[in-house]
Amino acid sequence: MENLLDTLGLSQSAQLLSLSPPGWGGNLLRGLANSLQIAFGAFGFGLLIGLFGAYGKLYGGPILRDLLAIYTTVIRAVPELVLILILYYVGSDLINQASVAMGYGRVEISGVVAGIWVLGVVQGAYSTEVLRGAIQAIPPGQLEAARAFGMPPLMTLRRVTIPAMMSFATPGLANLWLIATKDTALLAIVGFSELTLETRQAAGSTRAYFTFFLAAGALYLIITLFSGAFFARIEKWARRGQPSLKEGKR
Amino acid sequence: MTGWRAMLQPHRLFLMALFAGLVIWCALSLRWDWLPEYGPLALQGLWRTIWILAVTTILGFALAVPLGLAQAIGPWYLSAPARAFCTVIRGTPLLLQIWLLYYGLGSLFPQFPWIRGSELWPYLRQAWPYAVLALTLSYAGYEGEVMRGAFASVNKGQLEAARAFGMPRLTMFRRIWLPQAIRNVLPTLGGETILQLKATPLVATITVIEIYSVSSRVRSDTFIVYEPLLLLALVYMIIAGIIALAFKKIEDRVPDRPRQR
Amino acid sequence: MTLKSILTAAALGALTAGAALAHDEEVKIGIAAEPYPPFASVDASGTWVGWEIEVIGAVCEAAGLHCVLTPVAWDGIIPSLTGQQIDAIMASMSITEERMKTIDFSDAYYNTPTVVVGDKALDLDATPEGLKGKILGVQASTIHQAYAQQYFADSAEIRIYQTQDEANQDLVAGRIDATQADSIAMADFVSTDAGDCCEIKGTVADDPAILGQGVGVGVRKGDDELRASLNKGIAAILADGTHAEITSRYFKASIY
Repeated sequence: MENLLDTLGLSQSAQLLSLSPPGWGGNLLRGLANSLQIAFGAFGFGLLIGLFGAYGKLYGGPILRDLLAIYTTVIRAVPELVLILILYYVGSDLINQASVAMGYGRVEISGVVAGIWVLGVVQGAYSTEVLRGAIQAIPPGQLEAARAFGMPPLMTLRRVTIPAMMSFATPGLANLWLIATKDTALLAIVGFSELTLETRQAAGSTRAYFTFFLAAGALYLIITLFSGAFFARIEKWARRGQPSLKEGKR
Repeated sequence: MTGWRAMLQPHRLFLMALFAGLVIWCALSLRWDWLPEYGPLALQGLWRTIWILAVTTILGFALAVPLGLAQAIGPWYLSAPARAFCTVIRGTPLLLQIWLLYYGLGSLFPQFPWIRGSELWPYLRQAWPYAVLALTLSYAGYEGEVMRGAFASVNKGQLEAARAFGMPRLTMFRRIWLPQAIRNVLPTLGGETILQLKATPLVATITVIEIYSVSSRVRSDTFIVYEPLLLLALVYMIIAGIIALAFKKIEDRVPDRPRQR
Repeated sequence: MTLKSILTAAALGALTAGAALAHDEEVKIGIAAEPYPPFASVDASGTWVGWEIEVIGAVCEAAGLHCVLTPVAWDGIIPSLTGQQIDAIMASMSITEERMKTIDFSDAYYNTPTVVVGDKALDLDATPEGLKGKILGVQASTIHQAYAQQYFADSAEIRIYQTQDEANQDLVAGRIDATQADSIAMADFVSTDAGDCCEIKGTVADDPAILGQGVGVGVRKGDDELRASLNKGIAAILADGTHAEITSRYFKASIY
């Protein structure tokens, strides 16, 4: 194995990427864990916003609907990088001011929470649109039937709306999850130590830019491919019992 | 949109008044004294942003057509690399791609001294060729995937008819297949272009001076944080709005597709 | 993973975030997230090392503060301080009048001259004439950017990098002809294999209004209590020889 690496001129790269301290592989994996944690939190937080947003857009009053329209339009028109900077500085400022005003003193906001908050707000706008589309695609008869049987709204949501919309929402949500994992890279710009920043530090310290950027790219790609396979299974599961659609997802 | 009457509902008027109040508050109580000094630089940056956006979408689309075609009908030795390219581009963060191209390639230069003597060196020294290349490849990767679907969904009967009339393959592609594929993707093209616009600020990290980097410059020179960012967000929203309107205009002018299915 | 459990996880995350209130005595020391050797950089095991990191530890110990290192992006480090994400900046930040309008500084804890480093093969020096027609790289939001824009912008092309590391990298690659930075970091850089291409071309003419008077700890305006205890800590490590001891392990000469 070592001979092979030597002949290919890769032994140096292998050494740099090894997991224990002379190599920087451990740092990259730690960064990856941070990235995944934030992506996961932001995706979940975004779904939560999206669910409320979709309900607001479909059943809310005129003011709520207009406000949500402004939210989704603004978020989708402004670059994530700019939003991250605005939300990052404004967010912690606001939370601190509110908490001091309520007499709690300063709130400690960890990088992970700040990252989840920032990306979650961005994801929420896209989730709102995906979930709204999915809820609209549910045959209205199903919801009417639930109401006719006197099902309370929350139970309708839990037992009818969410299961029924899953198959319509999965492709869009899979896409959003991939965007979430890739957007975590932008947090490198505000100095959060996720995969891309760890890569940049390792590359800067060792001057092996090519090696580390390629390695990080491979890690991101692995996540993408795994997620793709995972969501394909979810979609298959969500579609169980439905007639198969030959011509793709549209 | 049901015209101006919809805008005159009481709650909309209220929201608009609120919004106007917010704008006036921003104009009066926030700091804008840096604007005259940085105005010319900002205009320059804006021009650079639009220029990069235009060049990379056009080049990217030109590259997306063969990528889509190779995936839709190409033999395996063309379709496999095309698919791999799209997967890699779509599966990794653009920021990383930009850094790999700029700093990764840069780190190779010292090993090959002849590069500095070559005629390309004046361009390789600049940052913008890397920015254009990275953004072009990214757009091609995303749009190539879309074009694959677009080529595949053109009505087969029309292609068969063209072949039956003895139309040469290239003419068939140029006159029938490509126009219809483009019409198929037209509704998504506006959105993709806005996504591309939102990707442009990333090139500021490799020293390209565009509108985002001007706002960073203001922040670092004056320590004013929110005002440049808010103005920047507004600028992007206006550009995005113009793109959306322009594509809607184009879409309206293209004759409706015959109702299929 | 069902949708329900995802939602539960998100809700739990939001709750715990709200519950984590600050400990009163914890001081968050903001350092630049990008490597700046030999003052502060991450090593392969992920820990921060360097002269400044050790000084932070010594100052905090002498001042009796419980400090936590918090890496933040350099070009957002002052907004992070005013936005209360960190309580103090110890990231080789020079005390300048421009920054004093926004934040306060402790006493200085080191001071270095500013130099221009360039390709050995090129004939240039640290004057506007010497840099005529050259490309000069500087790090964003530094005194060097301010200085270069003031004095060199008319004769040279200025390129602004997010980190000094990347400017160095482009100097090695030949994309820029020279970079301006502080002399210690640069002396360290040209002594490495990578920095072999280049040499220190000269010290720039001093302008205290822009280049400042040494490096101090940045604190929020009005945070006088913290500033006082940091000053006490800095005075203590200067007096008892800790500062000199740390310096001797990194540099040949005193940098105070």
